[in-house]
Amino acid sequence: MMEWEAVIGLEIHAQLATRSKIFSGASTAYGAEPNTQACAIDLGLPGVLPVLNEGAVRMAVKFGLAIGAEVARRSVFARKNYFYPDLPKGYQISQYELPVVRGGRVTIQLDDGGEKEIGVTRAHLEEDAGKSLHEDFHGMTGIDLNRAGTPLLEIVSEPDLRSPQEAVAYAKKIHTLVRYLEICDGNMQEGSFRVDANVSVRPAGSHAFGTRTEIKNLNSFRFLERALAHEIERQIEVLEAGGAVVQETRLYDPDRNETRPMRTKEEANDYRYFPDPDLLPLVLEESYIEAVRAELPELPDARRARFVADYGLPAYDAGVLTASRELADYYEAVVAAVGGEPKLCANWVMVELGGALNRAGVEITASPVGPEALAGLLRRILDGTISGRAAKEVFEAMWAGEGDADAIIEARGLRQISDAGAIEKLIDEVLAAHPQQLAQYRAGKDKLFGFFVGQVMKASGGKANPKQVNELLRRKLDAGG
Amino acid sequence: MHERTIAELAHGLRAGEFSAVEVAETFLRRIEALDGRLNSFITVTAERALEQARAADERLRRGGGGPLTGVPIAHKDIFCTDGVRTSCASRMLDSFVAPYDATVVERLRDAGAVMLGKTNMDEFAMGSSNETSYYGPVRNPWDTERVPGGSSGGSAAAVAARLVPGATGTDTGGSIRQPAALCGITGLKPTYGRVSRWGMIAFASSLDQGGPMARTAEDVALLLGAMAGFDPRDSTSVDRPVPDYASELARPLRGLRVGLPREYFGEGLEAGVREAVEAAVRVLESEGAEVREITLPTTPLAVPAYYVVAPAEASSNLARYDGVRYGYRCENPRDLEDLYMRTRGEGFGDEVKRRILVGTYTLSAGYYDAYYLKAQKVRRLIRDDFMRAFEEVDVIAGPTSPTTAFRLGERLDDPVTMYLSDVYTIAANLAGLPALSLPVGFAGGLPVGMQLIGRHFEEGRLLNVAHQYQLATDWHRAAPPGFE
Repeated sequence: MMEWEAVIGLEIHAQLATRSKIFSGASTAYGAEPNTQACAIDLGLPGVLPVLNEGAVRMAVKFGLAIGAEVARRSVFARKNYFYPDLPKGYQISQYELPVVRGGRVTIQLDDGGEKEIGVTRAHLEEDAGKSLHEDFHGMTGIDLNRAGTPLLEIVSEPDLRSPQEAVAYAKKIHTLVRYLEICDGNMQEGSFRVDANVSVRPAGSHAFGTRTEIKNLNSFRFLERALAHEIERQIEVLEAGGAVVQETRLYDPDRNETRPMRTKEEANDYRYFPDPDLLPLVLEESYIEAVRAELPELPDARRARFVADYGLPAYDAGVLTASRELADYYEAVVAAVGGEPKLCANWVMVELGGALNRAGVEITASPVGPEALAGLLRRILDGTISGRAAKEVFEAMWAGEGDADAIIEARGLRQISDAGAIEKLIDEVLAAHPQQLAQYRAGKDKLFGFFVGQVMKASGGKANPKQVNELLRRKLDAGG
Repeated sequence: MHERTIAELAHGLRAGEFSAVEVAETFLRRIEALDGRLNSFITVTAERALEQARAADERLRRGGGGPLTGVPIAHKDIFCTDGVRTSCASRMLDSFVAPYDATVVERLRDAGAVMLGKTNMDEFAMGSSNETSYYGPVRNPWDTERVPGGSSGGSAAAVAARLVPGATGTDTGGSIRQPAALCGITGLKPTYGRVSRWGMIAFASSLDQGGPMARTAEDVALLLGAMAGFDPRDSTSVDRPVPDYASELARPLRGLRVGLPREYFGEGLEAGVREAVEAAVRVLESEGAEVREITLPTTPLAVPAYYVVAPAEASSNLARYDGVRYGYRCENPRDLEDLYMRTRGEGFGDEVKRRILVGTYTLSAGYYDAYYLKAQKVRRLIRDDFMRAFEEVDVIAGPTSPTTAFRLGERLDDPVTMYLSDVYTIAANLAGLPALSLPVGFAGGLPVGMQLIGRHFEEGRLLNVAHQYQLATDWHRAAPPGFE
């Protein structure tokens, strides 16, 4: 049986988080009534002209600098000509031959703990089209031009990815990066972050590329992974059956977990690109680029490394905690408020908080338990006021909005018994109640120690400080021996 | 009244000799009475004009108002006018009412001008005879069996016939200058970027430029002063102060260096046109100008380069007319493709379709380098030619058009001959230079225009030369018989 290797490249469309459109002053806010956010320019009325939004340029430059790319001193907007009802001007303004970002790299973490560099061929600015709505119009098509003119950064990778897992790791990396840079909200459901995949297969060890297909409509990382896995399998089946892969665009259907050719007629599109005469070439001064560089935040890779170095976290934890800027900010706020104990903080943020957020489907920024509040809880674990087990109960109550940690501990009587006298009294009672076991222990049956600990904890209603119970019990039993 | 120039009208209005309403009524009556012979207007906005005139009178009464307060003008129907049909002389936009004003419209209104209506033109400004209009051809007031030139033929004919003292035009390859020449008026295509293109329906974006048309250079200067200036809504408009053009008019011509390109006086130039232009050059000489022959070797490349670049841009600019959002839509489309094909098939005229086809072809994969890219390189060469010439001379003079006005229908079936009407005017668009046409006499009873081309942003110089010429001659005062 022949071994096959997949070759994957991704085209990611990141909607830039500008308030107004790339060539007009209309709002880019999502979810408005159809056609209420399309001005004369977005509608392509006769006589209108585009004016470039500087905010979109700044965001593209940020991205270029963040991936170590060349930010072009001169780039050019072209017209991509084609007819479609949701494309108002009959052409899309997009950078073609001379994009603003050329050649960069990102590092992805592989499942085996290794790392791999993925090349980014280019990233260019362009305008989005509107939306065609095929439902609710009785055989007609509705056109919503609110999205028309929304700024996009199209990020094109080299065909450096070799598996669906690598593709997902790369897409997540770009997703993390654009959100760190605050240039894209990353909302995949709303289409703010869209992924198209080019995929082909070839015999392992071969250097030639196979015929590729392009898969569209991948609006989640899970779909990206599943669609690629399916398509790779399909291509291998075609080739092993002696067939040939057809170069085409395929649509992923998540309901049936399959890709199928898009229904468009297979004609070679000629977009008749030419430089848009309504826009001057985009010329960026070195000083402008440097000013943008100075605005860059700490990037995910650097932050991850710092978490390992400064907090002594395992690489895995550091990776999870830096996956989004908001999560990393939250974590660092907790550590600062606690005043140390980075590993304990990491566990709580990742496990208890992370789990609760996941279950509720809530973003970290909307967490009902803020970093200060969580730190308040962790401090009570550290100072012995409550046990780790009780802390989980307190956390749940905090999540439910019952107040801060101290109030909940008081209200629920979860304070640990750390009073040595009280614990000794409990021990005495337990020993007195179990003379037989005491005799066996003293005869050498050491493992009964655990039995006594359990009995004391039970007698305290679970509130005795287990560490103290251990110490005092040991002392008492040994002294008595 | 209607014989008065813009300068005279503005002066009389400020002096209280007559009211803006009287002026507007005079010209509206002339349009009503005479335009049936010319078809120079697509839309007359009488009510709006009288309203604006009343407002102008109010301002004048209070001692306010700008240099054009109460002066009537007309806009080529390529400029969007808020609330008024803007058709571009196309069936495609017959029903289109713009929801906003072009910058040119806004600025002239702010200067106090009163809009009488929208003038006829070649469909989407594509033509040199004004015969491609959906609303029928415009006739030349000097001979109504002849064309007024194009594409700003309605503006030229209306101004020549004294239906309005001044009008706007647009010039992509000669569309202001050639009709100005054929109708015996003065028209200026400014430097590319001098006048905002916002709201001016695009034909070929890298060549289109709006400009003024009137009977005298002085009037053109007054209109340009109001129209010109930076506009943040047009990325290609240039942020550069607008000089006081009127104050530059008086400068004597002594020492002015005038270049006559050898290539502009060769084959294809009608004898009568040549004689009139040569006589005009002698007038400039007698005013103190130094005249010398120059050479612009790339001249023969201008028409071919233009007919690659302009249709290419047009094919893209006109893609928005698809029947989806506004304008003409075919009846009962079966599906999307049918909607596109019939809307565009029925909505556009033949010349527009011809250019869309040519442009689509030259931009196609495999042809782009050979046509569009090469034409852009030729543009650079043409510009370099002019830059060299302007090291030796201050202005370049020659005929505006190789012939006088031709007969209606004469060239309609011969696009190449029609395209050669613009053989002298196209180069200025390709190089982005300002150029002006002024009347310099008659040949066979028909007006002859002389073209002056200047350095970038030296509109003031061109207007100065034209004004000095007009101080020395009377050609610009001649009125077409029947329209005196």
